[in-house]
Amino acid sequence: MNFLSELREGLFIAWDSLRANKLRSALTTLGIVIGIVTVTLMGTALAGLNAAFLKSISAIGTDVFFVAPWQWFSDEPWWKMRNRRPILLADARALVRQTTFARATTIDASRRMTVRYRDLSATSVNVSGTTEGGAEVGGLVLKEGRFLSAAEVEGARPVCVIGADIAANFFPYESPLGKHLRVEDQNLEIIGVLEKRGSFLGMASLDNEVMLPVTKFVSDFSFRPPVMIRVKVRDLKEMDEAREEIRGIMRKIRHLAPGVPDDFAINEQAAFIQTFDRMNSVVAGAGLFITSLSLFVGGIGIMNIMFVTVAERTREIGIRKAIGAKRRAILTQFLLESALICLLGGLLGLAFAYPITLVMDRFMPAALSASLVGIALLVSVATGVIAGFLPAWRAAKMNPVDALRAE
Amino acid sequence: MPLIRLQDIWRSYQMAAETVHALRGVSLSIERGEYVAIMGPSGSGKSTMMNLLGCLDTPTSGTYELNGTDVSHRDDNELAEIRNREIGFVFQTFNLLARATALRNVELPMVYAGVSPDERREKALVALAAVGLADRVDHRPNELSGGQRQRVAVARALVNSPSILLADEPTGNLDSKTGVEILALFDELASKGNTIIVVTHEEKVALHSRRIVRILDGNIASDEQVRRVEGRESRFEGKPAPDPSA
Repeated sequence: MNFLSELREGLFIAWDSLRANKLRSALTTLGIVIGIVTVTLMGTALAGLNAAFLKSISAIGTDVFFVAPWQWFSDEPWWKMRNRRPILLADARALVRQTTFARATTIDASRRMTVRYRDLSATSVNVSGTTEGGAEVGGLVLKEGRFLSAAEVEGARPVCVIGADIAANFFPYESPLGKHLRVEDQNLEIIGVLEKRGSFLGMASLDNEVMLPVTKFVSDFSFRPPVMIRVKVRDLKEMDEAREEIRGIMRKIRHLAPGVPDDFAINEQAAFIQTFDRMNSVVAGAGLFITSLSLFVGGIGIMNIMFVTVAERTREIGIRKAIGAKRRAILTQFLLESALICLLGGLLGLAFAYPITLVMDRFMPAALSASLVGIALLVSVATGVIAGFLPAWRAAKMNPVDALRAE
Repeated sequence: MPLIRLQDIWRSYQMAAETVHALRGVSLSIERGEYVAIMGPSGSGKSTMMNLLGCLDTPTSGTYELNGTDVSHRDDNELAEIRNREIGFVFQTFNLLARATALRNVELPMVYAGVSPDERREKALVALAAVGLADRVDHRPNELSGGQRQRVAVARALVNSPSILLADEPTGNLDSKTGVEILALFDELASKGNTIIVVTHEEKVALHSRRIVRILDGNIASDEQVRRVEGRESRFEGKPAPDPSA
């Protein structure tokens, strides 16, 4: 009860003194405003980057295993891994045949090649061999036509499915279906066009692509190329069993004796996310540390002005103490005042930061989340309490006789 | 049992290398309902005396019993509570909060006593009415005359019903006419049974009281009753001061 009435009184005084010193309060608050703006924007940017990454990475699919000789983001030195035997088509087909947890599988091999249509040509197109499962495993959506069939893969037919960029560049005014692309000395009939997919991690475009049966790719474009197997698991709950099964089959296919370490790797999306998270936490830590320095400077400004305020109001403190204010009451009064300044700064900072995040949203997914708003306000109040503590304590332990004598 | 009992009070200050004794073994008793003036030239120790009586300060040695409890060695917070409950201050410079209305100034002691807002307002209005300021409750100190400010201070001092009204040169910043008004107010309060201690160096002010304690060089030089004769005040000489050890 007593504390409540002191609290109310403290709030009243704090508000009154802010109004009495408008310019000073505004200038002091500015430091906190800037601090909160930078911290909030940094937080929003980091969250945005994270969201952008996760969106991009979702192209990989959480339920897909990538079986290849090399591990993603491995700690093993590259010069050891580079000597691993490649996986060849026959091995891959054996694996695909034996695995039991798969909803769909595909075997891929690819090369950058030049693709022609009449007198047009495109260099460095990602020409990849795949199988009929490629559409399901990769989550491909067709804009026109159909994907490769099992029979076409089996018979190594000269057909292909093209990416959105190839279609747009070679066939701006007509349907590509039924036309023939020329890759090296082979003519490939276009049977399907993919929807636009964008890019992976902002680097490789996924639309600059020609897909054909892997059997055709192996026989005509590359001699014994290394392939990668992708296995989409039936059920996310079976990921662990599926991984173990694939591992067993692969060891058998590659004739690894017990005790010999795997010379292949079963990769999944989680590895990407793990690596990103590790990197992200370092960036986030460094970024927030640097921006929080500005908040720290703001806090010093608050401390400074609170010392001035306490000195100016020495007599008032004396009066209050003579009348019966305990240390706690005086301490609360000044802490509330500095917390209130900082809370106002936090609110103003958020008001400035909000339109900026709207602009940021044009370049990356950025949104001022409710939790970030809560944290920003909490941090500003905490800054006020911490910065105000020393001045408030000085006020609280003033001797009433001396304070009353002050002019 | 006296309201105030000082026994062999010493108060010393360390000034650079030397120790200054502001009070040197003062003993004094004041009964409930007395109206006492404490007089003395500057440097006599009367300010120290007033700080001690008001529990703003503690003695270096000796005991101070207020209302039967020893208050000579309490800490900051305990003293604040005692001041809040037992003592109402009236200062020479009024010491009102400049930015607060008369009403809020009078409410202040009750804020620290934890009185509810409604009760606070009610009591403060009564206290202001009692000093004749019912129509000035929403004025700030700078909108009030000196006499009115001092009345607000008196209302603030009395609102918590303290044991003692402790006034330090209450008319020092007032012209003689308003000074007389304030003193008349004190007389009225004294006649209603309030215990009043006025610290002053003005004889005219002191003569309103019923007992004058003179302090000189940190000690009590004299302690006399004031006798009133047909509206004129004069001092009654020769009556011994109440023995503090009695």
